[in-house]
Amino acid sequence: MKVVLQNLTKKFPNRNKKEKKDVIAVNDFTFEIPDGKLIGLLGPSGCGKSTLLNLLSGLLSPTEGKIYFGEEDVTDIAPENRGVGLVFQNYALYPHLTVKQNITFPLENLKGKDKLTKQQREEKALEVAKLVQIDELMERKPNELSGGQQQRVAIARALVKMPRILLLDEPLSNLDARLRLQTREEIRRIQKSTGITTIFVTHDQDEAMSISDLIVVMKDGVLQQIGKPQEVYDNPVNLFVAKFLGTPPINVFDGKIKDQKLYIGDEAVLDTEGLENAEVYVAVRPEGFILSEEGKLTCDLSRVEVMGRDISVVSTHPECHNESIRSIISSENSVNVSSATVKFDLKSGKIFLFKKESEERIYYGK
Amino acid sequence: MENNNKKAWLYLLPAILFLGVFLVYPLIDVLIYSFEEGYNFASQTFFDVGTYNFSYVLHDPYFLQALKNTFILVFITVPLSTGIALLISLGLSSINKVKELYQTIYFLPYVTNTLAVGMVFMILFKQTAYSDGFANMILGWFGAGPVDFIDGPYWAKMFVLCFYTIWVVMPFKVLILTSALASVDETYYNAAKIDGTSKTRMFTKITLPMISPTVFYLVITGFIGAFKAYSDAVALFGTDLNSKEMNTIVGYIYDMLYGDSGGYPSYASAAAIILFVIVLTITCINLLVSKKHVHY
Repeated sequence: MKVVLQNLTKKFPNRNKKEKKDVIAVNDFTFEIPDGKLIGLLGPSGCGKSTLLNLLSGLLSPTEGKIYFGEEDVTDIAPENRGVGLVFQNYALYPHLTVKQNITFPLENLKGKDKLTKQQREEKALEVAKLVQIDELMERKPNELSGGQQQRVAIARALVKMPRILLLDEPLSNLDARLRLQTREEIRRIQKSTGITTIFVTHDQDEAMSISDLIVVMKDGVLQQIGKPQEVYDNPVNLFVAKFLGTPPINVFDGKIKDQKLYIGDEAVLDTEGLENAEVYVAVRPEGFILSEEGKLTCDLSRVEVMGRDISVVSTHPECHNESIRSIISSENSVNVSSATVKFDLKSGKIFLFKKESEERIYYGK
Repeated sequence: MENNNKKAWLYLLPAILFLGVFLVYPLIDVLIYSFEEGYNFASQTFFDVGTYNFSYVLHDPYFLQALKNTFILVFITVPLSTGIALLISLGLSSINKVKELYQTIYFLPYVTNTLAVGMVFMILFKQTAYSDGFANMILGWFGAGPVDFIDGPYWAKMFVLCFYTIWVVMPFKVLILTSALASVDETYYNAAKIDGTSKTRMFTKITLPMISPTVFYLVITGFIGAFKAYSDAVALFGTDLNSKEMNTIVGYIYDMLYGDSGGYPSYASAAAIILFVIVLTITCINLLVSKKHVHY
């Protein structure tokens, strides 16, 4: 089921009575989510991701705009009639019911022609339980399960009534690091095998990048960029998106364009044909540095971290916004650790220029 | 280890001392009194040891009346007050505006003196030479004849007593239940809403199990409290409860000790022990039932 948002806006009244202005949690969203994909809603805390999810689920109703599931306008349809499955951040498993009772709970609500017999309900429950691999835990209570198992039960409960859309609110935030890696693969697998359009919220870019077909980057209620993870990573539209994606984070310098050349400090590091003279932000991905004796960018070397396949060179530069510049280079290169400075050339595809005022991307070259 | 044990006892000593002197010792003393036949207060002597006190009390029509009254009171007021309190708290938690105001109003009876409230109830229900009372005025509107609720038939008096008891215990229950309802995580309701759960099913399948520990706490303390009722009856009907057929077990015990027909600590003790056994039994039954139905 594809999901279409049209000028979707949600405003909350300001709690601070002196400020009359409403808080805009979701500001004029218009985009389409294709059928059967796994979509990551990504943004820092408080950017309106969960609000957007609640709008999709119907728990909140929008101030303006429309939501379509397929061709159907669901904007004014109550949550229970939208056919969505929602997995809550804290899972919200009913503590007094067993795993089986939790999973069959949504089925017991079905009325009329959809009504199922007890046997049918249990069969369906077992089916999804097998899918999420918890079929051996059916008689347990939620508090007898580990965090990862609870997560699976929550997903099973959301899936059992075969929703048109599956929504997951910060599905991995309550899990420890190892389980998180495992569970995100699991979510990917479950989504693949059911083919249900799945939208999940996360503030962890790593998570979103690794499993999503499509990521939606948000900031302060404003849509920043939608695209395949790699596309967004390779082509950020503004400084925020560039900074938000990627570990280690992108290195941001103050720079200026003068006479068709990009200067960082006094060093001309790149030819920028066709650009007017201006002050800019220069953002360089960690993998955008090439170690070179004749390199154009000179940095003060702090230390070198060897990580097997790669070396991470940590250095500083007066024009850099980051506390230190982290560059990742292949371990075939050798760095003279005793040297005070290190020189880099920059890969043009890994450098992004942004306007000083608007932080918007400046495109150059091809 | 040995040393630690000694230390532990030392720390426990103050509590044990006070509990021992003011709780355990009197309890044992009452038990002893209840088996001492023909005990005399003044000379502190008794004739014999045996179960005569119990047999006397159990054959005393006043005690049987008190027993009947207490049981009626308990089994009417506890379920009713808990049920009504639950309804009120559900109502309270579903409104947003002026919630605090309502909560304060519902809590007022709790901080009001029992006897003063009893006075008010007497005015509401009592028939005098000059007026039939407020309750009878309302009954009159529906064409029902005046009933003397304070000095009239047994059922009318019992009605007033139950009504009064429910009214008095309500605020505490409402307070506890509202906070229990507020502590149920909102996401459970959201989850249920997404799954299309009806309001009634949400209440029976989610709300009720979630607050079941609190409900059972209220039922158990309610039973114990109602079995020990006395001051309520006094507030409404005065101290001569036996003649009004409105005595309770605790009232009977008091009368046996200090009332006009009093001065029989042995009978009082026997009645107290009987009450103790009843309350203990009921509480045990409650706990057994709650084990089955209370979650967590």
